[in-house]
Amino acid sequence: MSKNNEFVKFDNVDKSYDGKTLVVKGLNLDIEEGEFVTMLGPSGSGKTTCLMMLAGFETATNGEIYLDNKIISKIPPHKRGIGMVFQNYALFPHMTVYENLAFPLKVRKIPKDEADKKIDKALSMVSLQGFETRMPMQLSGGQQQRVAVARSLVFDPQLVLMDEPLGALDKNLRESMQYEIKHIHESIGVTVVYVTHDQTEALTMSNRIAVFNDGKVQQLSSPAKLYEEPENSFVAGFIGENNIFNGTVSDISGDTCKVKLKNGTEVLSNPISVKAKGDKTTISLRPERALINPENKMDNNHQGKIEEVIYHGDHTRVRINVLGNDQFILKVPNSTSNLNIKLGNQINIGWNAKDCRALDPK
Amino acid sequence: MNTEVKQILTTDGIPLEISLKKAERANKIKAFLLVAPLLLFLLITYIFPIGEMLTRSVDDKMITNMLPKTFKAMKNWDEQELPSEEVFASFLADYRILIEAKTQGKVAQRLNKEKNGFNSILKILIREMKNFEEGNTKKQIIAVHKRFGDVSYWRAIKRTAPPYSIGKYLKAVDMVIDENGDIVKVEEGRRIYTQLWLRTLEVAFFVTLFCFLMGYPIAHLLATIPMKYSNLLMICVLLPFWTSLLVRTASWMILLQQQGLVNDFFVMIGLVADDNRPEMMYNKVGTYVAMSQILLPFMVLPLYSVMKTVSPNLMRAGKSLGGTPFVSFWKIYFPLTTSGIGAGSLLVFILAVGYYITPELVGGASGKLISNSIAYHMKQTLDWSFASAMGLMLLVGVMAIYWIYNKLVGIDNIKLG
Repeated sequence: MSKNNEFVKFDNVDKSYDGKTLVVKGLNLDIEEGEFVTMLGPSGSGKTTCLMMLAGFETATNGEIYLDNKIISKIPPHKRGIGMVFQNYALFPHMTVYENLAFPLKVRKIPKDEADKKIDKALSMVSLQGFETRMPMQLSGGQQQRVAVARSLVFDPQLVLMDEPLGALDKNLRESMQYEIKHIHESIGVTVVYVTHDQTEALTMSNRIAVFNDGKVQQLSSPAKLYEEPENSFVAGFIGENNIFNGTVSDISGDTCKVKLKNGTEVLSNPISVKAKGDKTTISLRPERALINPENKMDNNHQGKIEEVIYHGDHTRVRINVLGNDQFILKVPNSTSNLNIKLGNQINIGWNAKDCRALDPK
Repeated sequence: MNTEVKQILTTDGIPLEISLKKAERANKIKAFLLVAPLLLFLLITYIFPIGEMLTRSVDDKMITNMLPKTFKAMKNWDEQELPSEEVFASFLADYRILIEAKTQGKVAQRLNKEKNGFNSILKILIREMKNFEEGNTKKQIIAVHKRFGDVSYWRAIKRTAPPYSIGKYLKAVDMVIDENGDIVKVEEGRRIYTQLWLRTLEVAFFVTLFCFLMGYPIAHLLATIPMKYSNLLMICVLLPFWTSLLVRTASWMILLQQQGLVNDFFVMIGLVADDNRPEMMYNKVGTYVAMSQILLPFMVLPLYSVMKTVSPNLMRAGKSLGGTPFVSFWKIYFPLTTSGIGAGSLLVFILAVGYYITPELVGGASGKLISNSIAYHMKQTLDWSFASAMGLMLLVGVMAIYWIYNKLVGIDNIKLG
């Protein structure tokens, strides 16, 4: 059987809480079967609302949501068969780990011996065998999180939703849990919709990321594409670091354009969302794409003054004043220590037009 | 096993334990001084009156002090046959002193309570004793009335000798010590107190139940709706709480009386005939309605504070895992609120058991509770020792409920807010 490309489908979904403002605006989103999709965005961008609509705790104001080609708005939450991991785990505090995991099996009237096997399997998946009789309060945050994950998977749902599940954990634990969840996803092939505001988490775990802002999906693509080829200035600014210049298109031809900055300098850029001469634009350039004292000829070469040098261990961040922008950041790997990086020095920097994306004006 | 634990010394060579105590002493004294006024206040207004109540409820010293010689002489009497000449003589001597002080009536009354027919023969004795000759008192007294020759009358006197008696407690459960000294139930027609106790428990139980049934949904609503509405609703719950108890009870009287608003409404919608308005006041119905309303906040507040701590995600988790709304509620939400139910029920039940004003005003005859009876004996019959006995029984009962609750649920599980 072939994979369903539209396993989850948001079709023009609107959501409003107060009848005055839209939290989610005309959302269209297709999620493939077996995919790990992350909804990433700042708080208030509508990503959790989307998840809640999918789970059935909120109703869409307009539009339809399909799960496996069936409209789900008429199906109550408990009949959707969607596993869910909540922000603060939502383990039942008065039940043991075993009882927590047995709950979804009991309501499905699965015989005890079969249920025991499933529980055992789910617990071994999160390496928590032997914890059956513990109460949730006796577990550490990370362990509670694993129980929550095991509970959402124990009844073999087709789809698992995770609402910022790692938000309450400390950094190290969060990183190891990211890999653990990713591995579980890979080994059982369940479809996961994951909500987070942490871009590193999104980049590490997902097959595809949907960047949310202002109730809309700004871009839906793979982590690499999202970082390398942001489609608009919000995505460029939200994911990773980025240097920006504001200007106006002065010439456009094929895959390059010239952008005139305020100080009159023209920068060769890659036209992404500019169409014609005279368009206002914001240029985005990743810090690692600009080189200091480039040996080969590059499309753009300019001189800048070093304003600040911050040591970061594996690399050094250098803030430069170039082309009237004193927030221009460069990342210099620490192996190339022969560069003349000192506060106040003038240095040459260069970058190619391809890496310099002319996006919508900010 | 090594029983000698090595003492840890500070750098000055003082044992650590002593050093610690010294360092903490000033704080302890400060803490004690802070609570001292309250402690004193409690001692004076609570512990002391309860002690006073306890002594009063078992006090039976009056007659002990009135017939001192008689009781002294009776000490070695075996209670099988009539007492000796000495007892008769002492009794006569005691009685003479009482007549001079004009307090013989109290003794007659007390002895009559112990054994019917005492009062009349003691009155005859007053008349006849003026003609008594010296010596041979026993024969002369028996000659006054043949009941003086009945050994059970003398046993009755001896029974009143101890300065303490549990008679009031027995009376509170419709029992008496009979002529032979056995504890028996009073005759059928005079049993009023057991019924009163049972009714008190029954009313308290049902009021608690009604408060729970009404309070649980309200508390749930309060805990789940947005803040701006919940504040308003909270005020609605608390408003009666801030109104005078008397005003609230009086307003129920306006509503519930036969020509009252509720009855008017029933007649208007044709539920009852105008000439057949039901009695909703001056009976148990009135007590139930008014008490449930008045005690409702005591159920709602602990429930609300517990429900506030139950994350809405738990119910969502239950539903997303496949539990129907009812199963999710029953298996997840309800068990997590039991501590609030326990606290609220305990509070309402204990308050209801000792409720006074409301049943007094709207209870009528069939809606009166034990506290009304206590008040009656305090104010009307002036039988303070009986009122004390019932009061103490109520107190012990409440403590017993508390103790049972602690054993079953654990008092630590209570959450009041």
